Amino acid sequence: MSETPPPWIVIVGAGPAGIRAAATLVEAGLHPVVIDEGQRAGGQIYRRPPAGFTRTAKQLYGSEAAKADALHALFDWLAKERRLTHCAASSVIAAQNGRLHVLGEGGVQLVSYDRLILATGASDRVAPVPGWQSAGVYSLGAAQIALKAQGVALGRRPVLIGSGPLLTLVGAQLVKAGADVAAVLDTSPWHQQMRGLWQLAARPLVTLRGLALRARLGGRYHAGVTLERIEADEKGVTAMRWRDAGGREHRTPCDMIGMGWHLRAETHLSDLAGCAFTYDERWRQWLPKTDQMGRAGDGVYLAGDGVRLLGADGAEIAGHLAAVACLADLGFPAPSAGADLRKLARFERFARGLACAFPWPAAMTRALPDDAIVCRCENVTAGDVRESVDFGGGEANRVKSLSRVGMGRCQGRYCQLAAVELIAAQTGCTPATVGRLREQALVRPAPVGAFLRDG
Amino acid sequence: MIIDGRIVRLAERHRAQLHFFLDGEMHGALAGDTVLTAMLASGHALRKSEFGAEPRAGFCLMGACQDCWVWQDEGPRLRACSTLLSEGMRLRTMPSESWL
Repeated sequence: MSETPPPWIVIVGAGPAGIRAAATLVEAGLHPVVIDEGQRAGGQIYRRPPAGFTRTAKQLYGSEAAKADALHALFDWLAKERRLTHCAASSVIAAQNGRLHVLGEGGVQLVSYDRLILATGASDRVAPVPGWQSAGVYSLGAAQIALKAQGVALGRRPVLIGSGPLLTLVGAQLVKAGADVAAVLDTSPWHQQMRGLWQLAARPLVTLRGLALRARLGGRYHAGVTLERIEADEKGVTAMRWRDAGGREHRTPCDMIGMGWHLRAETHLSDLAGCAFTYDERWRQWLPKTDQMGRAGDGVYLAGDGVRLLGADGAEIAGHLAAVACLADLGFPAPSAGADLRKLARFERFARGLACAFPWPAAMTRALPDDAIVCRCENVTAGDVRESVDFGGGEANRVKSLSRVGMGRCQGRYCQLAAVELIAAQTGCTPATVGRLREQALVRPAPVGAFLRDG
Repeated sequence: MIIDGRIVRLAERHRAQLHFFLDGEMHGALAGDTVLTAMLASGHALRKSEFGAEPRAGFCLMGACQDCWVWQDEGPRLRACSTLLSEGMRLRTMPSESWL
């Protein structure tokens, strides 16, 4: 027995999925390596403030406090007992030939793995609104992180725009924290939201909680709005121009805008690790292919919002299941998965309800004026994208080469989905046939010094 | 020293004071602030866009968008949303002309 070294399993991400995966592996007697960008484990939704902050979990995470506390305590205990190796504040910037390139304080290190569990999570799915390059425009996730991890609002008078559960949640959290929220503008009309309701009933408590949060917004909340443009001066945002469901024009003065249309899976590493992708019509984005346990082939497993957008509860289960699949494939006794798979199926039904009730604003994106910026990194406009399509055809990577959309420092995370809509509209084909931007290493910018070795 | 910046502190206001320098000028901040929080507590932007006239003040705050890279007097850049401020940091909204 002692001749065979234990398998080397690396988990990327220490949110709900990564923590559960790690715990399941430890329970089976293995010692996983967990690489995470955060200073402290928890991920984004259960993100912890730096040391020295004093708000309670209840104040930070509301109804989800017990879950957040349990995950944090579990991970801290596993790390303290040296049952796992935690590489904090470390970014995996490339994956190639069974090795990860990890950027930490000491530079770039190579980390090999026998099995890899990617729990990379998601970020806000954003759609361009004319003027969104202005200082003071943030993602909804940013507004939430600022409040949770720093105790600040990103402006004195915020307006929130978009659609999805985070729109209501962030609005209610800001109001509760004492921010002067001017308006919460939902692009999804009431009748569309009602259409998703029967599937949302798959998680009645979550739905009721959402409705209660919505009630807290009162008259600030408007459904079925049309977003016209963001006005700004040399300091940043000054107003949001929009039309209500009845077509009436509004100008709401503000100094901060939070935007987002639910989530976009973070898939750079799963692409570099060799996963196959499929265009998901429901989520209007490319998602990696796995079996129901999270197996993506070639010793790679995916879990959490980076592969299926089910939120934190779903991510915990998926993290556990990915670890179970990994154990089974390695010939270890693995716990049964039946009950968890049934729970995930219920969460899937709920997620379908969300996708239906709060859709991606495809029509708004396709109708962007030519001078509207699509890529915030390099100020590539909708007109630039359309011109490239006319010149070089409607394939996503070709348009990237010609217009530089998706080539900036965020590497397409915040422009790719909008660009695909513009290309599809210009060519008259579907987003699925436009294709997917190939992910490129490095998936995060790295300072040149990180690659230099002494001597 | 309180200068009205972009952000508003709603909680956790009783932390130790820190100081940093932005474009040579001293500013106050609180222990546990990220560089982004510290800079926007006393200002409205982190940097100028290289591709347009508008200033930038970050976007995602989770290390994904790369909008918040700022310069330091010593040269290396840092990502303001994921770096905690340390006492005496010397930050710049633009690279020094002597570097160009």
